[in-house]
Amino acid sequence: MKKRLLLAITSIALATGASGIVHAGKSDDTLNVAIDRELESIDNYYNTAREGIVISRMVWDALLYRDPATNEYLPNLATSYNWVDSKTLEFDLRKGVTFHNGEKFDADDVVYTLTYISNPENGAKPARNVNWWDSAEKLGDYKVRLNLTKEFPAALEFLSGPIVMYPNEYYAEVGPEGMAMKPVGTGPYAVTSVEPGKRYKFKKNDNYHASSPKGQASIGNIVIRTIAESNTQLAELFSGGVDWIWKVKPDQAQRISAQGQFTVKNASTMRIGYLNFDAMGRHSENPMNDVRVRRAIAHAIDRESIVNALVGGESIVVHSLCFPSQFGCTQDVPKYDYNPEKAKQLLAEAGYPNGFETPFLAYRNRDFAEAMINNLNAVGIKTNFEYLKYAAFRDKVQDGGSPFNFGTWGSYSINDVSAITSHFQSGGKDDYSKDAEVIKQLGIGDSSVDPQVREDAYKAALSRISDEVFMFPLWSYNTWYAFSKDVDFTPTSDEIPRFFTAKWN
Amino acid sequence: MIYYTLKRLGLALLVALTVSFISFGLLYLSSDPAIAMAGETASDADIEAIRKLYGFDRPILVQYLDWLQRALSGDLGKSYYFRTDVSALIGERLPTTMTLGVCAITFAIVLSVPLGVAAAIRPNSLIDRLALFLSVMGQALPSFWFALMLIVFLSVNLRLLPTSGSDTWLHFVMPTVVLGYYAAPAIMRLTRTGMLEVLSTDYIRTARAKGLRPWVVLFKHALRNAIIPVVSLAAVQFGFMLGGSIVVETIFALHGAGFLAWESITRNDLPTVQGLILVFSLFYIVLTFFADLLNAWLDPRIRIN
Repeated sequence: MKKRLLLAITSIALATGASGIVHAGKSDDTLNVAIDRELESIDNYYNTAREGIVISRMVWDALLYRDPATNEYLPNLATSYNWVDSKTLEFDLRKGVTFHNGEKFDADDVVYTLTYISNPENGAKPARNVNWWDSAEKLGDYKVRLNLTKEFPAALEFLSGPIVMYPNEYYAEVGPEGMAMKPVGTGPYAVTSVEPGKRYKFKKNDNYHASSPKGQASIGNIVIRTIAESNTQLAELFSGGVDWIWKVKPDQAQRISAQGQFTVKNASTMRIGYLNFDAMGRHSENPMNDVRVRRAIAHAIDRESIVNALVGGESIVVHSLCFPSQFGCTQDVPKYDYNPEKAKQLLAEAGYPNGFETPFLAYRNRDFAEAMINNLNAVGIKTNFEYLKYAAFRDKVQDGGSPFNFGTWGSYSINDVSAITSHFQSGGKDDYSKDAEVIKQLGIGDSSVDPQVREDAYKAALSRISDEVFMFPLWSYNTWYAFSKDVDFTPTSDEIPRFFTAKWN
Repeated sequence: MIYYTLKRLGLALLVALTVSFISFGLLYLSSDPAIAMAGETASDADIEAIRKLYGFDRPILVQYLDWLQRALSGDLGKSYYFRTDVSALIGERLPTTMTLGVCAITFAIVLSVPLGVAAAIRPNSLIDRLALFLSVMGQALPSFWFALMLIVFLSVNLRLLPTSGSDTWLHFVMPTVVLGYYAAPAIMRLTRTGMLEVLSTDYIRTARAKGLRPWVVLFKHALRNAIIPVVSLAAVQFGFMLGGSIVVETIFALHGAGFLAWESITRNDLPTVQGLILVFSLFYIVLTFFADLLNAWLDPRIRIN
């Protein structure tokens, strides 16, 4: 009787559950992806989440495309570009490209998009992506000119990723809210369904233009679901509900890898960790004003061990304030090995033979921060550690409320030193040193279009930052990916999964 | 009764107003919403623009009164994050939470009332011990752990139920069990205590002496009286389930109002958090208000005092 009852219950569950238990995979040509956050909007210009960038690359195209392997700028919606002078760029556009709704792509779309997003009243985000040109002009049906407000060598980087082209007629009609619900682009995938914050469905664009450097998508359908809880994501992966997850915790990644049922990969990202010192005394007179103390801290922290024991994956120790693949990011700068004795000696020279006590702030990776605190304790520096939410951390740091702090920066995946070093060391609110020489060199690097001039200027700035330890770069970050063995996927260091290059094994 | 009703209604409105003001103040003080909205990669200019655009540079009292004025006319504002009407957003998510809440409270009552009655009929028996065991387990098990165990067993190993989502009724089975089981112990213990008390009263002894059948004594005479405080408790538990299903909704990716509340708090989406607090507190207030009225109607001493 009991067996019959159990059989009946199981049969009912299986029969009625057939529609409920969605099994992922190759058999229905659908890649099921889980992400951990609700997206505000999938309109590219009203979203700052990384997952939004991932979707943007699937649905829309930019004028250029940066090959993630070679970092070379390849033509996409533009067939060629030309620097007319250091503040003027001209593009020849590709003919025969159509948007997902059938609208033809031409110069009107480019001019409309660039004009719309650069208008501050429209509030396109983030502002630094869209505030560096003055106007866009139509020179012909397939030729446009971009007039820059200033010399901006990172223009090609922005035009190869974040600045994507919208269909002018459609967007004028539906606006950001309409685009968020029914996105239309020229990209390798078209959006078929949007459940805001919950689920997005995509279908391969069979009419995708053949000459795109992104290549033709291989997988027919992609479903991206929000599953906030990492354990649930894992359970979905194990039960076949999803095929692909990322941002897997390192210990979980090791365990999944050990099981051998799934492919587990790790890739370094552009995000780096750093210590920012109050070299100019914004917080108050404090030991960090003395370069010998800053150097002592640099020698006191055992970055190699922390990377090996805690950060893990493909992370590496970085010596200059940028990610090595970024343009202008030389590692040929003064370096600091782990040397506690030298640290103690420097502290003694600075007048702190018995160390000192100081506040220390962080907003993420408490374990990394605590490892550094141990290293500092070993040379006599006691910390009053404050672990804050990001908004509170940023508030406090920018108001000069921190002698030194542990932060991280992802450079918006922009492969250029100006996205990080210039942000922190050009005299803005985050600049705790405001060193005239560094500001001058970064200014040269940020405003020249001559690669050699830029490299030389950035090297001078990075060397000085390192020598004076205005900021102390720590390590790069990494991301763990876990996915079905049916999926062939390669992660990239800009932390933008490109599902249009994924295929079934 | 009318005076009593008006008094309770006035009190309920004051509670709603106080909750809304305190929550608004706490949210404002916790951190700068402009920074949270702009995100980690935003520049100072982005943050300043957002601060001006949304009026965060105005005094908190002005911001609160502005919100209150609009809320009274039914406009809960626009979500900073989703850029849609908060009322529409909550309306979209509430059915999931309501479905879960109704299923969970039903599950809790169906599980706990019969067990409570059975335990009271035979105190210190095996069934009483079993009821006690289930009740202690229900209170001791952390929801997230219980939820994950169910997922591992029923979804990953047996593949009987979907792990997460809200597409079919099957998606609600595990969340219902987790949320309902958490509420069951209190209802079960109260039913048992109430029944034990009632079963030892004179009128039950009289009913038995009159030769009434045992089930009539039990359900018609005893349970009807013992269940009154259970109804009040169930109403409060239901309110808790609507507002407190954050963990369950997060684990099972249900995208209901509880999950929305959690996500909105983490991203400082003030209008949404404020709107949700208002809705959740109104649920509590309305349920408590009706429970008060019910009690007053059942027991005249309450309304006289």
